[in-house]
Order: sequence, then C-alpha cells, then structure tokens
Amino acid sequence: MTPADFYTEGVDLVDTKAPDVEISKMWETRKFQARLVNPANRRKLSVIIVGTGLAGGAAAATLGEAGYNVLNFCYQDSPRRAHSIAAQGGINAAKNYRNDGDSTYRLFYDTVKGGDYRARETNVYRLAEVSANIIDQCVAQGVPFAREYGGLLDTRSFGGVQVQRTFYARGQTGQQLLIGVYQQLERQVAAGTVKMHTRHEMVELIVVDGRARGIVTRNMVNGKVEAWTADAVVLATGGYGNVFFLSTNAMGCNVTATWRAHRKGAHFANPCYTQIHPTCIPVHGETQSKLTLMSESLRNDGRIWVPKRAEDCAKDPREIPEEDRDYYLERIYPSFGNLVPRDIASRQAKNMCDEGRGVGPAVRELDPDGNEKLVRRGVYLDFADAIERLGQSAVAGKYGNLFDMYQQITGENPYEVPMRIYPAVHYTMGGLWVDYDLQSSITGMYVCGEANFSDHGANRLGASALMQGLADGYFVLPNTINDYLADAPFEKLADDHPDVVEAVTSAKARIDKLLSIQGTRSVDSFHKELGHIMWEYCGMERTEAGLIKAIGLIRELKEEYWSNVRVTGVNEDFNQALERAGRVADFFELGELMCIDALHRRESCGGHFRAESQTQDGEALRHDDEFLYVGAWEWGGEGSKPILHREPLNYKAIELKQRSYK
Amino acid sequence: MKLKLRIWRQAGPNATGRMVDYDIDGVSEDMSFLEMLDLLNENLTEANQEPVAFDHDCREGICGMCGVVINGVAHGADKMRTTTCQLHMRSFEDGATIEIEPWQAGAFPVLKDLAVDRTAFDRIIQAGGFISSNTGSAPDAHATPAPKLEADVAFDNATCIGCGACVAACPNSSAMLFTSAKIQHLALLPQGQPERYSRVKSMVAQHDAEGFGNCTNIGECAAVCPKGIPLESISQLNKDLVKSLFMKDGK
Repeated sequence: MTPADFYTEGVDLVDTKAPDVEISKMWETRKFQARLVNPANRRKLSVIIVGTGLAGGAAAATLGEAGYNVLNFCYQDSPRRAHSIAAQGGINAAKNYRNDGDSTYRLFYDTVKGGDYRARETNVYRLAEVSANIIDQCVAQGVPFAREYGGLLDTRSFGGVQVQRTFYARGQTGQQLLIGVYQQLERQVAAGTVKMHTRHEMVELIVVDGRARGIVTRNMVNGKVEAWTADAVVLATGGYGNVFFLSTNAMGCNVTATWRAHRKGAHFANPCYTQIHPTCIPVHGETQSKLTLMSESLRNDGRIWVPKRAEDCAKDPREIPEEDRDYYLERIYPSFGNLVPRDIASRQAKNMCDEGRGVGPAVRELDPDGNEKLVRRGVYLDFADAIERLGQSAVAGKYGNLFDMYQQITGENPYEVPMRIYPAVHYTMGGLWVDYDLQSSITGMYVCGEANFSDHGANRLGASALMQGLADGYFVLPNTINDYLADAPFEKLADDHPDVVEAVTSAKARIDKLLSIQGTRSVDSFHKELGHIMWEYCGMERTEAGLIKAIGLIRELKEEYWSNVRVTGVNEDFNQALERAGRVADFFELGELMCIDALHRRESCGGHFRAESQTQDGEALRHDDEFLYVGAWEWGGEGSKPILHREPLNYKAIELKQRSYK
Repeated sequence: MKLKLRIWRQAGPNATGRMVDYDIDGVSEDMSFLEMLDLLNENLTEANQEPVAFDHDCREGICGMCGVVINGVAHGADKMRTTTCQLHMRSFEDGATIEIEPWQAGAFPVLKDLAVDRTAFDRIIQAGGFISSNTGSAPDAHATPAPKLEADVAFDNATCIGCGACVAACPNSSAMLFTSAKIQHLALLPQGQPERYSRVKSMVAQHDAEGFGNCTNIGECAAVCPKGIPLESISQLNKDLVKSLFMKDGK
C-alpha cells in the first residue's frame, strides 16, 4: 500500500469571506460588509451553542446580550467546569503597555512563525487585532489579573518571544478567564436570553437542505435522547487530545460533537496537528488516567538529563556523578540548551527513553505488536545547580507552587531529588475547517476555539489558546454570524420532519448497538490500546511504514470494539460507561483519519517530525513547495476513503522562513 | 495495597441508598484516589456489575467537578488542602477500610451513587454573582487602576472552584463560604462597586431560597476548602449585608 491508496483527491478549497483588501483593513471591511439583523428581529432567531468554555461561553453570553435566543449545552454539571479552566500560563495581547515595541503586526508575526507557517494569515491577523479588546473586556468583568503596586496590570514574557505581552492571573489564568465568561453567561441565563442545558451531550447534528438546523443530545442524567432545532448551530467543543487516552485534557474531553458534524459534511482540517508538551509529570503505572502539566517556565532554571549508561537508570540520581550524566539538550543544542521549543524538547526526551536511558519506575507497556516490555518513561529536570546558585528560598519563590504540586502527586521532594518529567499530549491545532467568518463547510454551522483549525498552524505558541477562544467567542463570531442570520426567516422545523427524525433515530440506534454487544472487554481497555497505537505511530515522530501499520491496527481494534465491548447498565440512567463508549467509538474513526493525514503530509513541520523529512543533522525539514496548504478532509462515507481538499496558504503579509535552534 | 471500601450506592434520585462493601487489591500508592475508583470500576465491569458513578473531569484540582466525603472528611485530607482528584493513595495504610459517601445536603440531591446535583450554585451566581458589562462596552483596561493589596484579596476569593466541599462539611449545610467568596471577589475590585450592595442582598436571598442553612461560624467549611477561602470572607459578606439593609432596593 502507498499513502495515496488511503484517500481520494478532491478539489481545492478557497476562503471567500476575507475581503480582498490590505490585511490591516480586512476585519473592519468584513464587519462593514456583513449584513446586520435588527434588534427586533433578533428576538425571533435562535442559536444553538455547544460547549461553555472560553469560546462557547463567551459566544453564548454575547449573542444573548445582543438579543438572540441562545440554547447552550455542556456535558459537565456546570458551565464553569469547561476545560479552558485548566490553562495555567497566561493570555497574549498586543497592548504594548510595556512600551517594548509590541504591536498587532508583531503578535501576528510571532503567531504565524510559531505555527511554522501553516496557519491562515488573515485569521491570525484578526486574532492579533482583537487581542487588546479581550483584556479590556475581562478587566471590566472583574477578572483579577496580576497587578503592580501602582494598580496597573502586570505582564510577562512567555513562550520564547522577546516582548512582555502575556497577561496572567497567578498560575491559573484559564480559571479566572473562564469564571469571567461564566459570570457573564449566568447573567444572561438570569435575563432569560440563554437557556442552559448542563449534563447534555451532543450526539448528532441535524442538517436540513444542506443547512445545520439543530442537534440531538443525550441527557446524561436520565438518558433521554432529544432533538433541539434552531436557526444556526455553533460548535465550541474543544480539542481531541484524548484520542491518545493519556493527555492533559480533562477526562470528558472528546471529539464526538465535531466528529458527528464531520460525518454530516463538515471538513476536518489538519487532524494530525497535535501539540506535545515537554514538561508533564510522568506516567506512574498502567492505571494512570491522565497526565498533569507543569509550567514550561521550569525549564528556565532546571537542567534536563538522563544517565549516560542504561545500567545507571535505576540508581538514586544523586549518586550518579557528573561525568556519568548526559545533559542531552545542552549537548545537542548548545545555543538554546534546555530552552529549545516544545517539539524538540519533547522528541529528544522520547528518544532517550526509547534508547533505554529513561528514569523513574519501569512501566509495563504493551506495544502495538502485542509484546510486553518494561520501559522507564521519564527524564530528570534537575534544580540542584539553581538551588546552589540562587538559594532554596529564591527557587521556592519562583516555582514553589509547582514544586508543591509535584510533591503532592509523586510523593517526592523536588528540592532534594531531581524532578522527573515526560512529554504529554496537550492541545490539538487541527479541527473543523472554517472560513474567515468561522463558518464550517456546512452552511449555518460555525466552529469556535480549539474545535476549529484556523489560527495556530502546525504548532501553538504559549498563551495563545486563551486568546483565540475569547477572540472567537466575544468578538469574531458575534460579528459574522449575523451575516448568515440575516437570511432569516428560515423554514420552521416540525419535530416529525424527516431529517430530525432520522438524526434522533440514528443516535438512538447507535446507543442501542453499543449496549447490545455485551462483549468481554471494558471501554477503557479499548481506549488505552487505541492510545498506545496513536502515541507510538502518530505521536511526536512518524514514519510512512509506522502510519500504515497504525491504520491497520486501528481498523482491527475498531472491528473488535463493535463486536466485543462491554457496556454495563441501560440507556435510561446516569450511565458513565455508556457516555465513554460513544466517545471512544468516534475516537477510532478520528484516529484513523489522523494517521491518514499524517501519512500524506510527508514533511516535518511544527510539532511533527516525519522521519523521512529531516536535514543532514537530524533536524525537522519543512517542504513548502509541496505542503504549503491546509489539508481539509471530507467524510467519504462508511467504509469509503476520505477525500482530501487542499486550501493553499498564500502569505502576502509575511515572509516564509525555516526555523533553526542550533 | 489491599483495601476495604464501603461505598454509598444509590440507584437514582428517588431510590433508597445504602453502604456496600468492596474488597480491592493491587492498588498502588502512586494512584490518585479517583484512579483507585477507576480500578474498582474496571473490576466491577469485569464481573458484569454496574460501576460506581462519581463526578470528575480535569483531575488536576481546578475544575471543581469531583468531590466525595472520605472517612467523614470532604475531599478526604485532614492535613493538606486538596481536591479528591489530587489525593493520592499513599495517604492511606495498606489494609485500611475507607468509607466513601457523596456530598450530603438538602440542596445537593444525589443523582446516582456519589454524584450530586450542584446546580443551586449556578443559581446563586445568576442572582448577582457578576459585573454587568456587555461585550464591547469596556473602557481600556488601564482606565481604572485597582490597588494591588485589595486586588490580591479579590484574587484569593476568586480561586473558589465551586466544588461544594464547604456545604458538605458544614453541619448546617450552609453555602456561605461559596457565596462570600464571590461577593468578596467582586466587592474588592473597583469594577464591582456599582452593584456591590444589591449583589449581596440578592445572592444571599437566593442562597436561602435554595435551602442552604445559615452560617453559625463553625469553620468546618474553611478547614476543608481545597483553595483556602478563609472564614473571614463570610464576616466581610455579613458586613456588606448589614450595610445593604440601609440602602434602597436596587442599590
């Protein structure tokens, strides 16, 4: 089999919504061109929004304020729990409060470059443009950003950029921004403009005459499967990192909403673009359920090493003399050392462990060939030098909360014993394809935040995920969706409309099927095995042979799933096994598409190292001549190949360059 | 580790619940408490029995979705501040018996087993736990400086994750610590001043309407709060509440 055997070629895509004017005038022009809906008519229109994180919650609150009838859904018990809450570092904004030469253009430039020139420049420019408004908005809502003694906002530099443009709220910026969003959302709930449906999971999209007109949800308390119709649908359902089973995502994060939409016609763009974060707490054993991230700032003072010899790996690290240690990042990348970008730090840690020089507990791994092996998955992040140089209290002042968190989870004191870290899946840059208006390839369906693909290219810079979620939710979508809603009134849909009935029936049939299999293996055991395959073959380093193999393994596992999974209980109940079963079923299909996307993209780019595409000294090699495009995949139908549509990337406002960190 | 678990099982909101005993083996001390429950659930699934329902999501102590009473203590740790997901099995002795119950409060009805309905918290926020500021209407972020010392206390209160441990720990099932944290967060920022006194009146009224009890300064809430919201926040709430009584409605 060759890569081309796995997909069919489609026609090229273009974004028709970005006006053909100079980039700095584009958003203003589009806002003026977009048709408006007058306030009296907004009351007659309804919008479904799925997700209550920064993007979904902000969109719901803002459209509610504008006077639309908003129906908002989330799977958690409260909108305040969406996983935006876990972001630590901060949020970028081109405020230039530091007078350090920051500007809209510089934020735009840094974001496109950080994304390794695989993002759409028009969307990124707009992101940089609205970033300043976000900070104003959040402060007005009472978000307690860090302040200086004069009462003005503090900022710091983050993610290797040279300006201090990152606003932050201790180590919990995501939580504070989300609580701000949540408060605005609850205010609209009280005002009656937003109807909130918690513990509801979207399980199907309703499409009528080519337009998205509603969703089907499962009530997670009593199992009721019901249809909701509206004039437009917005998905803000986050990323799909949990396809790897272990990730820094919340346990409930899933791809079901976007995947169901994909199967109904929404193109899925760049699914293989995932971000692996280098500083997470390593896996402790087979029962590990999730991974915890620790701020990357630790690499500013910690030194990363592994023993030179595999036989030293089980020793107490303090007894390994200096000459037997391999500070491999400092050795391979003398100028950047421990501060190389996320992708390089991650890949080298995996290489060290694959060589047998990892540290920490040896964890049983079932490799996808079915062979058992014991592997130590961890590298040391050592603060001994920093403690000697700065003193323990200075180190505690900088990193105290992280050290405490590490000790709580591992039971080891990092002031005395080096920390152990290992990379983990953290964010997914890929997502549903959208145009400049954030409209997907299904008319009337919009996609915001991590769920879309548009702003981060092949790699996301630190402190830009929060920025994108809020930009989409507060400022972009509310100014573009009106252009579509201006077509109203739309046909009223009866509950017995054939397309509504079909969506509900198929959702119920899927649930019944999962419950009827009554096999012998738990949902989690399948999910873990899928995760192993994805991590091994579609993780940091990929090869053509590995990806082809992975596709075969996923197909076999999926077949076994549909004949041997055991889902206990019934639908008409609070049934967490059933919830997971539906999500994992979609992860199989997504996993296969991710591998196909990775297989066709024969270049090393952003977070992805493709072994066949490297420089003579083993560094990532991008191929702008062949792959300067967005790969947007159309669902080919059950059992058929996906169809690849290319959206060429035209960089007019920025010059293409190769990254180098040697 | 081998453990004996006694877990509250309740089929649904209106069903009668009871404690059920389970033996579990092969628990590692590096597991989190919820991973131990995962293991139990895998064992139950293997035996074709229904797993124990419990709420959880981020598993890094920030979303506030998890929370059970462990050996009589909300979130289960008496010496450190933690959420249930960040409690690890090394805190328990091999062979120990662990009792696991849901949050118990009239305003938090049990949905199933260890999962409860906390939507009352959302309704308290709806009653005024916000600053009325529409998208797009904000002045520049530096237009109003906020004094750092007060902003820091506002922040301390804003760290509340809405888990509900305070209610579970309180003999009166009061949600005053939760309510006061939001009131203090917003009352200490310049942006929160216009609605300061109407907010405290309406949020406390909603708190009472939900069926939460009154605060009698026992302090169990602050002792189990994973984020360290101090009892002092309730005093500050009371101060604002008393002041608000001398103000007209809408102020």
